[in-house]
Amino acid sequence: MTQKPKLALYWAASCGGCEIAVVRLYAKILDVADFFDIVLWPCIMDFKYKDVEALPDKSIDLCLFNGAIRNSEQEYMAHMLRDKSKALVAFGTCAYTGGIPGLANVANRETIFQRVYDETPSTVNAEGTRPQLSYQVPEGELTLPEFYDSVRTLAQVVPVEYFVPGCPPVKEQVEGVIQAVVEGKLPAPGSVVGASDKTVCDDCTRIKEDKRIRSVYRPYEIVPDASRCLLEQGIICAGPATRGGCGAPCTSVNMPCRGCYGPPPNVVDQGAKLLSAVASIIDIQDPAEFERVTQAIPDLLGTCYLFGLPASLLYRVRHQREAWHAGETVEPAKAL
Amino acid sequence: MRQEDLTMNKNGFEPLILGFACNWCTYAGADLAGTSRIQYPPNIRVIRVMCSGRVDPTFILKAFARGVDGVLIGGCHPGDCHYIEGNHKARRRIELLRNMLGDFGIEPERLRLEWVSASEGARFAEVVADFTKTIKEMGPLKTGAQIAVEVAK
Repeated sequence: MTQKPKLALYWAASCGGCEIAVVRLYAKILDVADFFDIVLWPCIMDFKYKDVEALPDKSIDLCLFNGAIRNSEQEYMAHMLRDKSKALVAFGTCAYTGGIPGLANVANRETIFQRVYDETPSTVNAEGTRPQLSYQVPEGELTLPEFYDSVRTLAQVVPVEYFVPGCPPVKEQVEGVIQAVVEGKLPAPGSVVGASDKTVCDDCTRIKEDKRIRSVYRPYEIVPDASRCLLEQGIICAGPATRGGCGAPCTSVNMPCRGCYGPPPNVVDQGAKLLSAVASIIDIQDPAEFERVTQAIPDLLGTCYLFGLPASLLYRVRHQREAWHAGETVEPAKAL
Repeated sequence: MRQEDLTMNKNGFEPLILGFACNWCTYAGADLAGTSRIQYPPNIRVIRVMCSGRVDPTFILKAFARGVDGVLIGGCHPGDCHYIEGNHKARRRIELLRNMLGDFGIEPERLRLEWVSASEGARFAEVVADFTKTIKEMGPLKTGAQIAVEVAK
């Protein structure tokens, strides 16, 4: 009898939505369980790290890894699963480009701790207690993973075979990816799978005409026309700077695209492209008036890099520098 | 980008400045500065583009990521754009990008947009001299290219 291929799922810095995206296969999840031998899926069942550690290298056929890397436990698991897996997949936006947790890169560990353990209105912490890596209690030593200064994508930590974007990846695309694995029809390693090669605008069915706007609105400020392009109505929509394949579920319910599928093919920096697109369509030539209009965008960095700050051009450089200072081997800055 | 450009020389810090000059105005202005033998600091490396509106914000971020200390973009005066409104688009993009650079820890003053026409050779020299002086006072940006140099050693 031939052995079933082994499947592992792991979550790092993520919300758990990607796990739900897999569970949302509904009845087909049973086919997955039939076809694969699931060796690790902490969200769903009780697995022990030591059982996975005991597996021989490259014995897991497919590992769907969701979440960014923000502490030492996640980093350890990334390295361990890399060693054990034949195909390591950055599953979901956090693992692919950093996702929402990646926004923490505008701060560092100290400022995050200050906020969380001292300043939040609901916090009472007169002793200034902070998380410690180890603490001695009568029963023995308690340990916590180390919280890092910045959030990294999975590929910034270990080599990755495939990338599945989406926050979370939509059901149809997850099905497609698993189907491709089952049939052995995956493309060349390094590819983005479960997405299209066009932008979200290509998926979006709204009527697109001349893009010239004179003011910018947040989605709650106006009731947009349900049939016309949201950008043309003054709502910042990341569609033109975002990879498609999701089927544009957000714009179909009057919400703008926020960019979760990451940059389209051949785009180096998603935020720069979105910024460029937005600046181009604001049809105002007077600099003072332009400044007034752009003040309506409350958080420019957060708007442009909502899901991709760790993968952005300038942060990639910062990671290289940190790795260099930490004495790790880094490749010289590549031609981008 | 030559690596030795990034090191300190005997006069102290010599910034590396990347210039994007539009084909119709600023590049011709730079040419005029040259043919008129007007002296200006050699820190700028000029890339000719067809229009300042051709300068994608990605180019600027990439330049900073590679360790350039300042980026200067030169276009036609408002109303003079060969492509009618390319320079207006450039102005809007640069202004938005400057708003965002601070969040990345890069001083917005390291990115400058100037209008220089084909007849303003002297002005081109002045702009480059002034920008070089500003960046010299600010000091090196210290991003990616330094590690490239250190790793190479």
